[in-house]
Amino acid sequence: MTARRLRELAWQGAVLAVVCALVVLAGRQARENLAARGIAQGFGYLGRPAGFEIAPGILPYSSRDTYARALAVGVVNTLRVSALAMTIATVLGVGIAVARLSRHRPVTMVAGAAVEAIRNTPLLLQLFCWHSLWWLLPGPQAGLRLWPGVWLTSRGLHLPTPWGSPMASRFGVEGGLWISPEFATLLIGLSVGAAAFIAEIVRGGVLAIDQGQADAAAALGMSRWQTLRHVLLPGAVPMMVPPMISQFVNVVKNSSLGVAIGYPDLISLTSTTLNQTGQAIEAIAVAMTCYVGIGVTLSLCVRAWERSRA
Amino acid sequence: MCGWRAVGRVDAVRLQLLAWSMVAAGLSACTAAGSGTRPAIAGTGTASATPTFDGVRQKGFVQCGVTTGVAGFSALDALGEWHGLDVDVCRAIAAAVLGDARRVHFTPLTAAQRFAALQSGEIDVLSRITTVTFQRDVQLGLEFPAINWYDGSGFIVPRASGVRSPRDLDGATICMSAGSTNELDVADYFRRNHLRFTPVVMERLDEVTSAYFAGRCDAFTQDRATLAAVRARAVRPADHVVLQDVISKAPYSPAVMPDDVRWLEIVRWSVYAMIDAEELGLSSSTVDGAAASADPSVQRFLGQSGGFGSMLGLDAQWAYRIVKQVGNYAESFNRNIAPLGIERGLNRLWTDGGILYAPDLR
Repeated sequence: MTARRLRELAWQGAVLAVVCALVVLAGRQARENLAARGIAQGFGYLGRPAGFEIAPGILPYSSRDTYARALAVGVVNTLRVSALAMTIATVLGVGIAVARLSRHRPVTMVAGAAVEAIRNTPLLLQLFCWHSLWWLLPGPQAGLRLWPGVWLTSRGLHLPTPWGSPMASRFGVEGGLWISPEFATLLIGLSVGAAAFIAEIVRGGVLAIDQGQADAAAALGMSRWQTLRHVLLPGAVPMMVPPMISQFVNVVKNSSLGVAIGYPDLISLTSTTLNQTGQAIEAIAVAMTCYVGIGVTLSLCVRAWERSRA
Repeated sequence: MCGWRAVGRVDAVRLQLLAWSMVAAGLSACTAAGSGTRPAIAGTGTASATPTFDGVRQKGFVQCGVTTGVAGFSALDALGEWHGLDVDVCRAIAAAVLGDARRVHFTPLTAAQRFAALQSGEIDVLSRITTVTFQRDVQLGLEFPAINWYDGSGFIVPRASGVRSPRDLDGATICMSAGSTNELDVADYFRRNHLRFTPVVMERLDEVTSAYFAGRCDAFTQDRATLAAVRARAVRPADHVVLQDVISKAPYSPAVMPDDVRWLEIVRWSVYAMIDAEELGLSSSTVDGAAASADPSVQRFLGQSGGFGSMLGLDAQWAYRIVKQVGNYAESFNRNIAPLGIERGLNRLWTDGGILYAPDLR
């Protein structure tokens, strides 16, 4: 062990000790203050019945289920919208990047304008924009029948499934696959928002590749599209991975904006739980742990994928 | 494990010792800090028994938590002044403690923020259409000094929907605000009656209101007095109906923290004073003329006998000022709630067939 290594170890130890001391002190102080104010503590609330309803989703839930179950519904809802948004954003992002790299001036200009417009406005504002579009649609009674069995109303999009088709009911349309306006709004908002950033990452990655490679591909008689598809994009992937991971993590975190438009994500259900139980520190700690868990898992997965193809 | 190249063996051992001792020192500092002396909670060295009361007198104003705008209970007018039944509670406290009903600073809070604001000491009293429940009383460590409005969860629906009772709402989409007791009441009611509904939950009342008016929901649940205020905001109020059915009890009370019993009593008796004044026939216009009254109850109320003010740590005129500057309960109701077209109903005095009943000043 070198002296330098030891000095580093000493510093790391000191920093670790200070951080640990701060955490323990804050925890103790919080516990004493809560006790002095007669505020309930601990995670016992997670096992109690939640008592509120949540809009139907993948995970079965009723108001008799526990707070833990309600939070699990929130996690699943967050994952569902984030996973779909990441997929759509990646496809859309690569598309916009290809458009920006095009030789046709109008195409690059339109793609460039779209990226700038999306990148430079707050995501919350974009969400409110998309959300208000739903309210322009006809009400549930006078819904649009786009196709036999496909209904589009201000209450959402109803699609037929092998198990059943949407039917008109007392309060609009029921049955089939229901996509709520809140879910659709959040999905579109997150996808479009992240696509603008992903487009720039992809474009940056492609432009960073030596011009010689493109020339070599051209010399082999590859078309411009083949060059992009077989030479430039694959070469750019390793450079794109780290910023893409942060974009994906951003999508997960930004999905918490769904609370503003009434999507029952993790933050929305944490907020209700916090309010019904009053256990703010515990509820926030659980939500933070979930987000950190999702983020870290996501990075590990992408890195593993990157290693497997290297 | 590593190379020993540049450093002599003794030096290396010494450095290694130093490194580990720093880790150990840090960890022990941790433990010592954790198990050390109990920190003072009031923030100052000597903890006061009446921290909120002292704080209010020192600041010279009452910091009062209200809604972000619910007509009748707490809402801003065009001049930027707060008005409402709940606002009058804040003003009554200021009149009693500070001698001037205008010495109130307001903090607008969403339903989800309100309890944290009180627990953290950001506000002195929460006066914000807050329903008393077991969990809030026991789990949140709040105290609810006196009920100043009796309400319950109800529904507003578009008139054209033909819905006449909550039972007609089977399969409906219902808008509600996050963290409200209505969220629980509706879940209970529909379960009890074997009905289904889809909730749309938003945090801010104005967002829920817009969503309802935009047709996102078939019904909007809230306490009925708030629904009347919502209806008044519609482009055409006649197009919406507040259903007659009440599916739960919602008694409102201001809330305070339990660490200052004196403050709790001041808030409680400020509410009671407004109710008692109505019962005694004292209003802002008649209270001056009542000084000559021979009624012992009136004499006690006006501080001419009994010495009740000093028992609260206030002067003898505290209740007089509440009535003079803010008015009695009926005046507050008529000024704030009646214009919304809400019946006084349960909130009439017990002598008039309601359940509003305040203990006497004796």
